[in-house]
Amino acid sequence: MEQVANNKPLTKRQILWKNIKLNKTKYLMVAPFMLCFFLFTFLPVVLAMIISFTNFNMLEWPDFVGFTNYINLLFKDDIFLIAIKNTLIIAFITGPISYLLCFVLAWLINELKKPLRVFLTVVFYAPSISGNAYLIWKLIFSSDLYGYANSILIDMGIISEPILWLANANYIIWILILVQLWLSLGVSFLSFIAGLQNVDRTLYEAGAIDGIRNRWQELWYITLPSMKPQLLFGAVMQITSSFAVGSVSIEMAGLPSTEYAGHTILTHLIDYGSTRYEMGYASAIATVLFLTMIFANLVVQKLLRRVGN
Amino acid sequence: MKKLNLKFLKREKKMKGKSGKRLNRSLYGDIILFTFLFIFGLFSAWPMIFVINNAFKPLNEILLFPPKLFVKNPTFDNFRDMFVLMNNSWVPFSRYLFNTLFITIVGTVGSVFISSLAAFPLAKYNFPGSKLMSKMIVYSLMFSSAVTGIPSYIIISRLQMLDTFWAILIPTFGTTLGLYLMQNFMSQIPTDLIESAKMDGAGEFKIYWKIIMPLARPAWLTLVILQFQNLWGNTGGTYIYEEKLKPLSYALSQIVNAGVARTGVAAAVTLLMLVVPLSVFIISQSNVIETMATSGIKE
Repeated sequence: MEQVANNKPLTKRQILWKNIKLNKTKYLMVAPFMLCFFLFTFLPVVLAMIISFTNFNMLEWPDFVGFTNYINLLFKDDIFLIAIKNTLIIAFITGPISYLLCFVLAWLINELKKPLRVFLTVVFYAPSISGNAYLIWKLIFSSDLYGYANSILIDMGIISEPILWLANANYIIWILILVQLWLSLGVSFLSFIAGLQNVDRTLYEAGAIDGIRNRWQELWYITLPSMKPQLLFGAVMQITSSFAVGSVSIEMAGLPSTEYAGHTILTHLIDYGSTRYEMGYASAIATVLFLTMIFANLVVQKLLRRVGN
Repeated sequence: MKKLNLKFLKREKKMKGKSGKRLNRSLYGDIILFTFLFIFGLFSAWPMIFVINNAFKPLNEILLFPPKLFVKNPTFDNFRDMFVLMNNSWVPFSRYLFNTLFITIVGTVGSVFISSLAAFPLAKYNFPGSKLMSKMIVYSLMFSSAVTGIPSYIIISRLQMLDTFWAILIPTFGTTLGLYLMQNFMSQIPTDLIESAKMDGAGEFKIYWKIIMPLARPAWLTLVILQFQNLWGNTGGTYIYEEKLKPLSYALSQIVNAGVARTGVAAAVTLLMLVVPLSVFIISQSNVIETMATSGIKE
C-alpha cells in the first residue's frame, strides 16, 4: 500500500513545500534583510498607495475617496501637466547623457595608475559628498552684475544688462538640466568603476589575439558585455534620479519657480505633501511617478539587452 | 600569432599592479579624452576646494561677496571658536560623537552584512519566491521617499522604537539600494565556483563567507561608502528627541544656528563633517581597485 502511495504523483502544493524545505538555508539568509525591508520599505510604500485613495490631511482620520485624487490630478490639475512636461524633458535629456557620462568617465579613469585613479574618483564624486553643491551654480547664475555668467557676457559685449537667469522662464529648465548633469556622478558612477575593475583581464588578452584592433571594439565586444549587471544597475539608478529631479529645482529656482518653469512631478509632490499637508493627493502623485519609472525601466532594460550583440 | 601572444603576456606581467594600460591605444584619442577629464574635473572639484578654503578664512573673507575660492590670510580661528562652543555644550560633545560613531559603524557594518547575506541567494539561486522578492526590491527603489516618511514614522512609533538608535539602524538594514547593487555584482560570480565548493562539502554560509564576499568586494566597498556617508550626516530627524541620543551632525548644526557671527564656525563645521566620510571614501576606493588581482580566481 505504501509503495503505491509513494508512486502517486505529488500535487503542486506538495512539490512547492518540498522545494521550500530544500531551500531553507536560503530563506534563513534572506530573512533578516527581508524583515527590515518589509517593515520599513515595502510596508510604507503600500501604506502610501492606500493613502493615495484617501483624503488625508495628517490631522484627521483619512476618508476613503476612491479615485478622486487621481482624477483631479490627471484631468483637473493644469500645473501637474506642466510638471509632467518638465519632468519628461529633464529625464529624456539628463537620463541618457548622465548615464553615458558616468560610464565614459569611469572608463577613462580605469585606464590610469592607482593614485591618480583614486584622486580623480574623489574629484568627480566631490559634488555628491561636499554638501554645498548648488553654491557654485548660484554664483554663476546670480542675477546681478557679480554673477559669473553675467559678468563674462557683459565683458564680452554680448549683453548690456544682466540677465535674471533663475527668474526667467526661458532659461530655468536648461539651467536645471545643466546642474543635474553635473550632479550625476553618484552611485552609478561608483558601480561602473567597481564593475570595470571586475572585468576579467584575460578576456582582453584573448580579444587582442582574436583581432580586436582599437579601444572602441574592445569596449563594445569585451568591456560592455562583461559588465552587464552594472549597466542594469546604473540604468535603474539613472531612472530613479532623472525622473525624481526635485531638490535641484527648489534650490536653484525656488518653489514655486517663475511661471512653474522649473516645476517637476517631485516638486509638485513636495508642494502638496510638505506645504499643504494634502497627503492623499501627494501620495497619488508619488504613485503616478512610480508607474512612470516602472514603464521607463521596462523600456531601458529592453534596450540594454542589445548591448554587445 | 604565437609570438604576439607571448609578447603581450610579458607586457601584461610587467604592467600588472602598476597600471591598467593595455594595447590598442592611439595618442590623439588620449589627448582628447584627457582634456575632457581635466575640464570636467575642474568643475567637479570646485565645491570641495571651496569648503576646504572657507574653513580657514577669517570672517571678513567669508562674508565677501562674490566669494573668493581661495583663502588669502589663512587662520585657525574658526576651529578655535568651534572647540570653544563644543566645550560649552551641556551634553558633553564626546557623547554626540559616540552616538554618531555608534550609529555609523553599527549601521554600516550591519547593513553590509545583512544585505550581502540576502543578496547571495537572490543572485545565484532560484527558489520559490526569489523572483518576487527581487522584483519587489527593484520596484521599491522607484517609489518617492517624500511620501513614505509618514507611514514609516507611524510604523516606527508603533514598534516603540522612537528615541532609540533602532529607529535609524533597522530601516538602514533594509535599504534596497545596497542589496540591489550587490545582487548585480554577485550574479557575475561564476556558478562553477559555487558548485565546486559544494562538491568539497562547503555549506551555504561557508560559500558566502569564503567565496562570495571576497569576490564581491568592490560592491560592498561601494555600499560602505554610501551607508557611511548617509549615517554620518544623519541628524536623527523626527525619530530621536532625547538630547543625549542626538548625533553629532545635529549638535553641530545647533551651534551654527546663531546668525552671521557663527558663519566662521559653520565653515569649520562643514569641513569637519566632510573630512571623515571623505577619508572613508578614499580608503575604500583604493581598495575597490585591483580586487581581481588579489582574489585568486583569475584562472
